[in-house]
Amino acid sequence: MAENRVYEVVFIVDTDTSDEDLTRLTENLRGIVTDQGGTITKSEVMGRRQLAYKVGRKNEGVYVLFEIEGTGREIAELERRMRVSDQVLRYLTVRVDEDRRRAEKLKARRARKAAKRPFANAASAGGGRAAASSASNESRDNEA
Amino acid sequence: MSRNYDNRERDFDSEDEGMPAGRPAERDRRGGGRGGRFRRRKVCRFCVDKVDIIDFKDVKLLQNFIPERGKILPRRISGVCTAHQRMLAEAIKRARNIALLPYTAD
Repeated sequence: MAENRVYEVVFIVDTDTSDEDLTRLTENLRGIVTDQGGTITKSEVMGRRQLAYKVGRKNEGVYVLFEIEGTGREIAELERRMRVSDQVLRYLTVRVDEDRRRAEKLKARRARKAAKRPFANAASAGGGRAAASSASNESRDNEA
Repeated sequence: MSRNYDNRERDFDSEDEGMPAGRPAERDRRGGGRGGRFRRRKVCRFCVDKVDIIDFKDVKLLQNFIPERGKILPRRISGVCTAHQRMLAEAIKRARNIALLPYTAD
């Protein structure tokens, strides 16, 4: 595996857990990830929130977000721990590196396109043609 | 159910989002029912904003695309383009899984 993967892990913690228990839990989970060779690039408690539906007879939960860089092995272990834990009501892992790369590419392409047609005016904007064909643009306008 | 969507359409109307432009025949039919009001072609708001990633944690954004019933708003109503609708649907489903959005609502 040449390149590392990036994951976003969101999990919901029971509101009955005290603040110190919450920090202990997150520290614990963080330790698991680093033990397995992953790095946590972002760790954020998103806060207490009303659940959209009941999860295990709970109406509220504390949302915590991790952003993890690694191979995927640490995710397996992390998920296993969260499954076992009574304090974690639910978790969701999403792989984000591929989507982000795609977004970067699209952004770069947009930038390139913008640079290519600095004098793009209203007439040629809709057609998606190069600015060089302004003559044909004019004729098209006449027809319309 | 269809009444929900109708409501939605009116909402979009009042927000000046424009109306759907389907095939000409369809447009005529729909226009006939609604007293010949002027309707603009809808544009995908994600394309306008140049959104590449729709985040499932952005509940405020996603909420715009789930009517009261909790269903995913079809793009024929919202005017979102195919690519973005796909991303949107994925994000909504993820948000449902993590209890940010309801699967059903009544």
